[in-house]
Amino acid sequence: MKRTYINGVGCISTQKTFDTVFLEEAVVNHNQNVLAIVPPVYKDYISPAASRRMAKGVKNGIVASALALKDANIENVDAIITGTGLGCIEDSEKFLKSILDNNEEYLTPTSFIQSTHNTVGAQIALLQQCKGYNFTYVNGAVSFESALLDAKMQIEEDEAQSVLIGGVDENGDYTTALFKLNGRIKADNLAPYDLLNSTTSGAVYGEGASFFVLENERKDNTYAEILDIAIVNTLEENEIEAEIKSFLKANNLEISDLDALVLGFDGNADFENYYRNLAENAFAEIPQLYYKHLSGEYDTASAFALWMASKIIKTQEIPEIIKVNSVEKPVYNTLLLYNQLNGKNHSFTLISK
Amino acid sequence: MSKGVAITGMGIISSIGNSVEENYISLIENNIGISRITNISTIHADVIKVGEIKKTNEELVEELQLTEDNNFSRTAMIGTLAAKQAVENAGITSINEFRTGLISATSVGGMDMTERHYYDYFTHPELIKYITCHDGGDVAEKIAEELGLKGIVTTISTACSSAANAIMLGARLIKTGKLDRVIVGGADGLAKFTINGFKALMILSDDFNKPFDNERKGLNLGEAAAYLVLESDEIVARQNKKVLARVSGYGNANDAFHQTASSENGDGAYLAMKKAFDISGLKPSQIDYINVHGTATPNNDLSEGRALKRIYQDEKVPDFSSTKPFTGHTLAAAAAIEAVYSVLAIQNNVVYPNLNFENQMEEFDLQPQTSLKNKNIEHVLSNSFGFGGNCSTLIFSKS
Repeated sequence: MKRTYINGVGCISTQKTFDTVFLEEAVVNHNQNVLAIVPPVYKDYISPAASRRMAKGVKNGIVASALALKDANIENVDAIITGTGLGCIEDSEKFLKSILDNNEEYLTPTSFIQSTHNTVGAQIALLQQCKGYNFTYVNGAVSFESALLDAKMQIEEDEAQSVLIGGVDENGDYTTALFKLNGRIKADNLAPYDLLNSTTSGAVYGEGASFFVLENERKDNTYAEILDIAIVNTLEENEIEAEIKSFLKANNLEISDLDALVLGFDGNADFENYYRNLAENAFAEIPQLYYKHLSGEYDTASAFALWMASKIIKTQEIPEIIKVNSVEKPVYNTLLLYNQLNGKNHSFTLISK
Repeated sequence: MSKGVAITGMGIISSIGNSVEENYISLIENNIGISRITNISTIHADVIKVGEIKKTNEELVEELQLTEDNNFSRTAMIGTLAAKQAVENAGITSINEFRTGLISATSVGGMDMTERHYYDYFTHPELIKYITCHDGGDVAEKIAEELGLKGIVTTISTACSSAANAIMLGARLIKTGKLDRVIVGGADGLAKFTINGFKALMILSDDFNKPFDNERKGLNLGEAAAYLVLESDEIVARQNKKVLARVSGYGNANDAFHQTASSENGDGAYLAMKKAFDISGLKPSQIDYINVHGTATPNNDLSEGRALKRIYQDEKVPDFSSTKPFTGHTLAAAAAIEAVYSVLAIQNNVVYPNLNFENQMEEFDLQPQTSLKNKNIEHVLSNSFGFGGNCSTLIFSKS
């Protein structure tokens, strides 16, 4: 069975995560409950004419995938697998509004086409003329992990030697307003927003596109090996620790073998005990990291976490800004990522140098 | 060559029936489900014909015995009905007894609720519960909850090939030993959003759809849900389960030609079929029936036909038909209902008629089977293609 290596990364996020080494320019925004991406120079990657017609998610996906391919030093991949919570939601909003506002008349198909969830993966395939396997997963907080699991299976079974995977989501104004209404996003008047000491429900929201080139061989530029991924729909707070222990055991590891634990703290006080219990008990002696104060929360924010974890293993450095506790380790070789949303869609991703 | 992954249960609801049996009877008795739309108010109601399930949301709520404060979309309700049938059909009583997953498919999730309440959320607090329905994963989430399934749950959305890809992933999860059992399929309810999208693309027919006919004018949209239960050989042996048929081949490829149109030569379709043959170890000549994607749009049927000609070269293309004249194009559910129809074709040794066909297309000499035909069926190939150049092929075989 072939092993899976991360050999290239590309990240467009609410921080400057391109043209940088590793989060040295990162800033925590305490004043806003919805964070916007730091845009790259699109014209370096996409012709301005094409760019004008493209959805934000498509553009960010194209740039992040181009960065990942360049980083991996390869031009083509055998398969493209993406994950997205809501797809190109701005186009969905636009098409739906024109249906409702114009009583189903005078419609053009462009925004309907872009609203299709697999648009980003399809556009990348079209640009690269990649005729291989092309899947898109849309299952909330495990959309990206589903893509990762699928890609690992493709490589293990020798169906593909190289796979481009990515998680991409974009903010849409109306959807953001709806999410404030239903409590998914924190209320407007609660600033300053502090994710780790939050007593309110809802999250600070964000958007982004993080792409990775996975290959079946270790190279000089390899970031990390993907050891295992597990997705579990439903777990109670008191089941998490046992679940992690058995997941680690299946990989011949124990908690003490971990050099860091990356947690999906998003400031939602209603469900933070899923993380808090681990942080304060079984994992108290393990360096703990968080990221959603930098990336914002969104369905595929966990792809940002994998980007961050990959960088940590490569640079052997943990920026102060992402530390939950002050525990340190001499090396950072084996990392576990844990994420969930509202007590559902739990994912565990294990990577190693 | 492996014998493929066992199918041990099926469930379906479509415009031609509320159960596997009802769907089969409709298929062999030419009972079509294409009619005028009644459950959604749309200005196109007198122009388009659709494959609509003639149950209101209220009736579905009652059938599922949902509480008043439920926030099920129509898609989630028909999905739950079909998935429950499949689980029951497979004789599963304890859903988490083995490593069990759910891989679902949908194109627009709970869009039917989003479009109904979009501007009312701010003034009607009682509607706020429907906001989360919009999420593509909400349908699978609801089904998992209703089944009490706790393990891996995920959703694939690759437009009209979505359910084929869900079946494919499920088969791979069983084959690689990652799961013992998996419920796979898809659900899509009719929505104004989709109707107007296809209308804007100008690929809706104002008449009954005529796949592979020279004068075909486009597709009829439909709504449906279907799920199948796949189980490992170990469980099948241990529980002495009846195997309905097997998923013996699968392939996915991208046409990489255009966001909504298929290439003239059907590159993606050709590659998907080729991969499926490679996986199954079968030769094209071993296929007894092809359930074509056959949407009846000028573009799809031309591209698919060309791809079939490329696969079969000088050989005769086997009996083929599109079942979309019965059901309409049910988008992300299409490959799931057609998987059920493929299994039924194997079980009953029949080829369904391609209704409404009159004149052969001028581009090639492909003539679908136009009447019900009884013959031994060992292997069925089923195609599904979607926007974004997404092409998928599944092969089902007698166990």
